[in-house]
Amino acid sequence: MIVYIIKRLLVAIPVLLILIVSTFILMYAAPGSPFATERGIPPAVLANLQAQYGLDQPFHIQIWRYVVGVVTEFDFGPSFIYRDQDVNALIGQGFPVTLTYGFWSFLVAVLVGGSLGILAAVRHNTWLDYLAVGISIGAQVLPNFVLAPILVLTFTLWLGWLPGGGWQGGQWQFVILPVIALSTSFMASIARISRASMLEVLTSNYIRTARAKGLPMRRVIFRHALKPALLPVISYLGPAFVGMITGSVVIDIYFSTGGIGQFFVASALNRDYGVMMGITILLGALTIFFNLLVDVLYAWIDPKIRY
Amino acid sequence: MFATKSVADDLAGAAPIKGRSLWADARARFFRNRAAVAGLIVLMLVTAFALIGPFIAPWNNEDIDWNVLGNIIEAGRPSLESGHWFGTDPVGRDLFARTVQGTQISLLVGIVGALISVVVGTLYGAIAGYFGGRIDNVMMRIVDVLMSIPYMFVLILLLVVFGRSLLMLFIGIGLISWLDMARIARGQTLTLKGKAYIEAAIATGVRPFTIILRHIIPNLLGVVIVYATLLVPSMIIYESFISFLGLGVQEPLTSWGALINDGASEMNNGTLWMLTWPLFFFVITLFGFFFVGDGLRDALDPKDR
Repeated sequence: MIVYIIKRLLVAIPVLLILIVSTFILMYAAPGSPFATERGIPPAVLANLQAQYGLDQPFHIQIWRYVVGVVTEFDFGPSFIYRDQDVNALIGQGFPVTLTYGFWSFLVAVLVGGSLGILAAVRHNTWLDYLAVGISIGAQVLPNFVLAPILVLTFTLWLGWLPGGGWQGGQWQFVILPVIALSTSFMASIARISRASMLEVLTSNYIRTARAKGLPMRRVIFRHALKPALLPVISYLGPAFVGMITGSVVIDIYFSTGGIGQFFVASALNRDYGVMMGITILLGALTIFFNLLVDVLYAWIDPKIRY
Repeated sequence: MFATKSVADDLAGAAPIKGRSLWADARARFFRNRAAVAGLIVLMLVTAFALIGPFIAPWNNEDIDWNVLGNIIEAGRPSLESGHWFGTDPVGRDLFARTVQGTQISLLVGIVGALISVVVGTLYGAIAGYFGGRIDNVMMRIVDVLMSIPYMFVLILLLVVFGRSLLMLFIGIGLISWLDMARIARGQTLTLKGKAYIEAAIATGVRPFTIILRHIIPNLLGVVIVYATLLVPSMIIYESFISFLGLGVQEPLTSWGALINDGASEMNNGTLWMLTWPLFFFVITLFGFFFVGDGLRDALDPKDR
């Protein structure tokens, strides 16, 4: 197992390097400049600016400096727009926010979705099952950018219960709507997947054996059925994580929560190359790391997989 | 003897028994599924709306109705008299015409995205699965790597770097959409590879690529069609997401995501119709695709037979 984890980490390094280099090339090839203003900028000033940020160097030197800076000092360089802050500071500001509501969303999606799906399977073809299936079908057509306005409309404008945006250091009233908006569609998918796999497990022979020898239903479900039924859910966690990272952009923009998602789109539009690359690399690394975690978890639960 | 003759006559007169192909079976199963048929009807209606809409709309999607401009909340409401059946948008353009136009773009993106994924993904997966060994290993590892990248960010990068255009949107969505399909096609190919007819084809000296095109891919079609129908809605969601961020198609072109975004940002002003109309079409279309996809899966997927 340890050998497997080390091997996977070693593979992750070139993948990350490829990601860094290809984003850098994209940025380099992009037309437009972070220093462009409507009135135009005197050539001497522009030359000075470019020299200060090292943009006057040839391509290979620029990319070498960037990669070395990232790898050795964990330095993602300066922001070209927010002149007084560097990329690390900006990410350090926004990332805790993203992490907070992302964590809760993930937890809600997995716990609520998982229990809904398993409950539906155990009570197959009862009203509970139909309710769960109905909820998950309904939630499927409500991706976060559709759900967010609906939630604000209902809970902020009509009922006036919860604030429609802001963060305020993460007080609970400000966290609820973002978490619901972000987690719902993933909750639906997890419910659907866990229901299908639980149904399959419950009709299998060893469950019939367990019930035939008189085990109580509770024990059959928790002891024998749960673990194999959760395997497909675990393999869905990777894509769900990526989807939530992507969704955080919508959440940040719509609820003005101040996470890193809003920096991303803003920096893309402003050509703030440093911030953009920093966020892409951070999220890429997170994704790769999380996928590794999921694979290890999968191997740990599924005795058929041996590395 | 009399009786025998009449039986023989009956036999001669009866139409030859028509064999039912697997496809006919699947079709019958599909049409027995009420939710799937309802979904299909909804999709046909939405398509008709997108195709016929431009000819019956009293307003053009680019023209501004100056009569309502100062007073959108009152004069811009949906009404039959003013000809703005769905109302107007914040700058006085007819929402019916805009919704028709957005529906065209969203459907187009969804279908083109799914088509790219079908063509590229199926071929890629079939080749990887059929040749196996090192080729398979390398090809699927590439897919793994591409999948572990937060694709939406790359898509946003592409749109920003190369400019926003419909073509770029297609390329960006096409780049990511085929990955899942490749995996599915590969898995299916692996099970098909051991079949006797493939062996027979190899034994008679058919070239590998001909085997893939003539024998493997036709047998993948059932699974591929099912996933393609389920891919269309997710492509529509991607595109709407991009448009919601303001990075999708450019004005005066629009799409559901852009319209929903416009409506959402105006809802404080009491102009709810700007949100509800595009949202309505978005939601029913997604429902339609999901139900048709599920129906097709039940009809075509051999696992549940």
